Order: sequence, then structure tokens, then C-alpha cells
Amino acid sequence: MQETSTKDSETDTKVIDEGVEKGLKGLTPEKIELVINQVLKNETGARLKLYIDTCMRCSLCADACSFFLSNDRAPEFSPAGKVKQTLHEMIRLKGKVSKDTLRNIVRIAHTECNVCKRCSMYCPFGIDIAYMILLVRRICHKLEITPLYIQDTVNSHAATMNQMWVKEDEWIDTLQWQEEDAREEFENLRIPLDKDGADIMYSVIAPEPKFQAGLIYQSAVIHHAADINWTMPSFPGWDNSNMAMFTGDYEISGRIAKAHYEAATKLHVKKIVMGECGHAFRSVFDVGNRWMGWAMPPVDVIHAIEFYHYLLTSGRIKIKDKFKETVTLHDPCNISRGRGLHDKARELVDMLCESFIEMTPNKEHNYCCGAGGGAINCGPPWKINRMVNNREKADQIKRTGAKVLIAPCHNCHSGLEDILHYYDQDMEVKFFGDLIFNAMDKTIYKGGE
Amino acid sequence: MNMHTFIDFIMGEMVIVSFVIFIAGTCGRLLWTFIHINKTENFIFSYLSFKYSLRSILAWLTPFLPVSSRKKPFFYSISYTFHILLFIVPIFLLSHITLFEEYLNWSWISINDTSADILTIIVILCTLFFVTRRVVVKEVKYITRTSDFVFIIIASLPFITGFLAYHQLFAYKIIMIAHVISGEIMLILIPFTRFFHMFIAPIIRAYTGSEFGNVRGAKDW
Repeated sequence: MQETSTKDSETDTKVIDEGVEKGLKGLTPEKIELVINQVLKNETGARLKLYIDTCMRCSLCADACSFFLSNDRAPEFSPAGKVKQTLHEMIRLKGKVSKDTLRNIVRIAHTECNVCKRCSMYCPFGIDIAYMILLVRRICHKLEITPLYIQDTVNSHAATMNQMWVKEDEWIDTLQWQEEDAREEFENLRIPLDKDGADIMYSVIAPEPKFQAGLIYQSAVIHHAADINWTMPSFPGWDNSNMAMFTGDYEISGRIAKAHYEAATKLHVKKIVMGECGHAFRSVFDVGNRWMGWAMPPVDVIHAIEFYHYLLTSGRIKIKDKFKETVTLHDPCNISRGRGLHDKARELVDMLCESFIEMTPNKEHNYCCGAGGGAINCGPPWKINRMVNNREKADQIKRTGAKVLIAPCHNCHSGLEDILHYYDQDMEVKFFGDLIFNAMDKTIYKGGE
Repeated sequence: MNMHTFIDFIMGEMVIVSFVIFIAGTCGRLLWTFIHINKTENFIFSYLSFKYSLRSILAWLTPFLPVSSRKKPFFYSISYTFHILLFIVPIFLLSHITLFEEYLNWSWISINDTSADILTIIVILCTLFFVTRRVVVKEVKYITRTSDFVFIIIASLPFITGFLAYHQLFAYKIIMIAHVISGEIMLILIPFTRFFHMFIAPIIRAYTGSEFGNVRGAKDW
């Protein structure tokens, strides 16, 4: 029997979120009813009807949900239970939902579901419950009751086309600063801005230039050593993240993804390589394209795992010293369930590390880090709840006994660091980029070798 | 209408009417479903892949292949058994086949009466399990509505009355009438209620299987 984590408390349902409260104040019963019914009538179709009419309420989805498991199997945390309290309540009351109920609905839809789609794999019919929760968030967005912090991120997206209020000159300056630093290691290293016709456009999420510039340094070194013909856009469209996708602000979400594809097409690159982020990959590979009417992305989109895998297997990057400590791997939902990259990730681990221990469940069945789907972006008011709701994840990590945890996703990275700290687990979280940077032979690849 | 003409009616014309409503209702609702998809979310068709639809459906039809089923082996064993017997017992019951032979001159292989009797008891026990689960398991209870019990009752009545009729317990004639009518009600209700999940589930499965397999390169079981 495994020891369970030490800290435990109940989810606080009374958290005050200023954004939600301010939004609720401005609502009238008429407006609530109008908006809910408008969205339900004009923005839904066959899918919702089939899902609602077909669910046999068997509750088999419950065991899929880490929120349910972390809260001692409390029924209100089961996926179907969450739909009952949110979307079903709106449908049952024909939009006549009280402000108190709406406050509950926002909490559930935004902070008690990571829209990770794990439950779709436990429903015998494959009902997409995450779609229904996202629909609830869409309604909350239209009612202007989205949690404050994530709404601020969306505002940043809308104003600057990046999620961290990074100004254009700051962005360029950060890249040049990293380039300058990296030139101490490699004399001719460049971070080529706006290079027309490059093979790849490398894109990152805005937190990298904002406070993790070292990751851009590492990437520049990897690209340079691998002799990749690459570029980064100096203009808006460089940020591949997309929080609007999770708040139901589809108009902004579409603009963000469009700016990203347009940056790639303006630069005439062959493909986009995205840094280690999961939700951004979901936006560019799976969501943004649909909003714009493309069945699949208009430009080839490659996640860092696929890119690194190519660099290592093609010999463009050679590994000098494998990482010695035992590592475990967290499969981010959006690139495992969302792209099936878990096998390549394991091959990468094998090429980079001497000792690997599996986390169970894993691959498509891994639990979300608990930060995904915009949950971490709801900010400090919700942090303790997020920790409580992540007990299962903390236990799952603890069972591995590893000292290093690889998480090839920014959201996962931050979320996992939070829970490791909260549950007093001594473990270091790393990106694949960190491991490659440290283990690689830092000589420049020459073709034909 | 006297008793005999009533029995003749429910075992004659009403059977035909029930089958017609069932078949026409099913075809109609399926047609309406596809029209509705086409009208509101026709992008679904551009993601549907025959290969991945089939892969997903077959994976979920294979007992204990999906992780979900391995996590709940007891529930899935009962559920698989119940769903299979729900079709096998009425279709291969000798007395049903005899009726078809009498009216339409169609016949097919049958299961013997003792086996049918045991299988009927199993079906009834399965429905008892479902009812108990809805009352006892807290996450199931939380989302259960009255209609969920009504469905179980409707599905179990033809089996309960069939069992009583076969053993000629209680008032045979009344039980027999109840048996025929409950079977017909079940048949008629399929296209108009959540019983229709038998036809919609594969459609949802196909779409989810296609999204997971074809777009995202992942398994969905």
C-alpha cells in the first residue's frame, strides 16, 4: 500500500474571484436568460443534442477524473456530475439561472475541470465532456463572468497578440540579448529574425521572453549546433499560446491562431516548430485551424518532442553524456491524448537518460498536471483549490520514486512544480530542452558527416 | 372487444404496428440525426474516418480491451452480459420463433427452453444490479433521475413477465397479455427515448474514434 500525501483539505467553494463578482453584479435575470439561450440555440448543434440524449448516466467517466479521485470520490467532481451542475442546469432551467448558481458554474467549469478529455476515454460511447464544459465557459465569457486572472491574459492577447503584455521592442530586445549571451559559447550564433524562406519558424509562449529567457538561449544553441535554417518573427504572431481558447472567447482565440499562421506564411517557412508547450500545441494544431475553416492546420506544425526526436535520430545533435539520475516522464494531455507523441517522448528519454521509471497511469491515460485547460491561469485566488484537487497527481508522481520529472509542457511544468512544493516532494522538473542542452556535444553539425 | 379478440389484436396487428413503428422510427430518427449533423455541424463529416471509426468501435466491443472496462471488470461483465442477452433471449426463444413461423413462415435456430429460462433469470438479476447500483453507488446516485429507473423497469418487464408466463405463475392470461404489451412498448419506445443509444453510441464512438485516431494519433480506449 502506497503512502498517500500528507496534506489534505477540502475544496473551498467560497473562493471570491473579483472578476467573477464584478461580472455578476452587472447581470440581470433577463440578460442571463438571453445569453444562455442565445449560445445554446445559435452556437450548438447535433453534437450537444446527441451527447445529452445519449448519456445513460452510468458514471463510468467518474474514475477518469483526477478531481474526482483527489476529492475522495465526491460525486460532484465526476465529469457527468460537473455537467449536471453546469450545462444541464442551464438547459433544465431554460436559462433562468440565479447568480449564485452562476458563481458555482464558473468555479466548476473554470477551476474544477482541465478539459483534458481523459473522461472521453472512459465513456463507453466516447462522449466529449470537455466540449460541454468548454461550452459552459463560452456562456460565462458571454456573460462576462470569466475569472479575473485568465481574463487579464485574454485581454493581453487581444491587445498585444501575446499573453504577457510583452511589447514588441521588449520581445526583439530579449531575443537579441539571448543571442548576444549565446555568442559567448558559439561565435557565429544568430537568432535570425524574419528570415524569409527559412526551413522552420520557431515559436514560443510569451512567458519565455517574459521570465524564462534562458529557454530561448538553450533553443538557439540547439538550433545553431544542429545547423538548422530557422527564424523567429519579430512581429506579433510569435506567441503560440492561446488562453482565449480556454475562456470561450473564440473570436480572440481565432485571431491569435491566425496571427501565428500568418507569421509563418509571411516568412514563407516550410513548417512551424513549437517549443515545449501543450495547450499552445492544441491551439495551433487542433483548434485555431478549425475556427478559420481549415480541417487541419494550414502550415505544418511540429511539437518540440518531434523536432528533438528528429535532431537526435538524424545525428544533427549528438549526445555526449547521458543524464545519470533516474527520471520519470509526465505525458502532457495535449500532446499525448492530443497528438500521440508519448512513444517518441520515451525514445527521446532513452537517448538522453540512463535510467527511466514509468509513471502509472501513462501515455494517453496519464492524469493531467491539474494546471491545464486554463486552470493555473485562473491565478492565485484558486491556487489552494488547485493543490487540493491535485492530490491524485501528487500521489502518482510520488509512487515513481524518481528525483527528476520531465514535463515537456510549460503549463505542466508550472503546475507540477506547484504540487511538488505543496506536497513536500523533493523532485526537480525539467524540459527535454534542458536535458538536451546539458547532454549535447556542442559542436556544429556538418551535413554529410 | 372481448378477451380473445384483444389477445388476437395484441399478438397480431399490434406486433406488426410495433415493428413498423420501431423500424420506421429508427430509420426516421437516424435520417434526422444525419440531416441535423449536416445542417448544424457538417465539419463532423470531414473528420470521420472509416478506419478509425471501425478501430474505435471494435476496440470498445472487445470485452476488457478498454482500460475503463479493466478498471471496472465486475460492472462491465454484467453490462456486457445484459446487453448481449437483451437481444439473444427474445430473438432465439423457441416460442417467439414459433409465432413467427405461424404468421410469416419464417424460422431460425432456437435456444432450448431451460437455457432460455436461466438466461432470463440472469437478465432480471442484471437489472436488479443496475437498480441497486443507482441507489448505492454515490457518483451514480448523484446523476440518476427518475427516468433512469423507468428505463430499467421498461427493459426488465418483458423478461419478468416472460419468466412468470413460462412458469404459468399467477394469472397466466393477464401475465401473458402484460408480457406481449411490455415487449411491444419497449420496441415502440426505442426510437423515441434514450434506448436509442444502441444506434447513436456507434455514431458518437465513430466521431470520437476518428478525432482521436485520425487527427490526434492517439487511442481512445
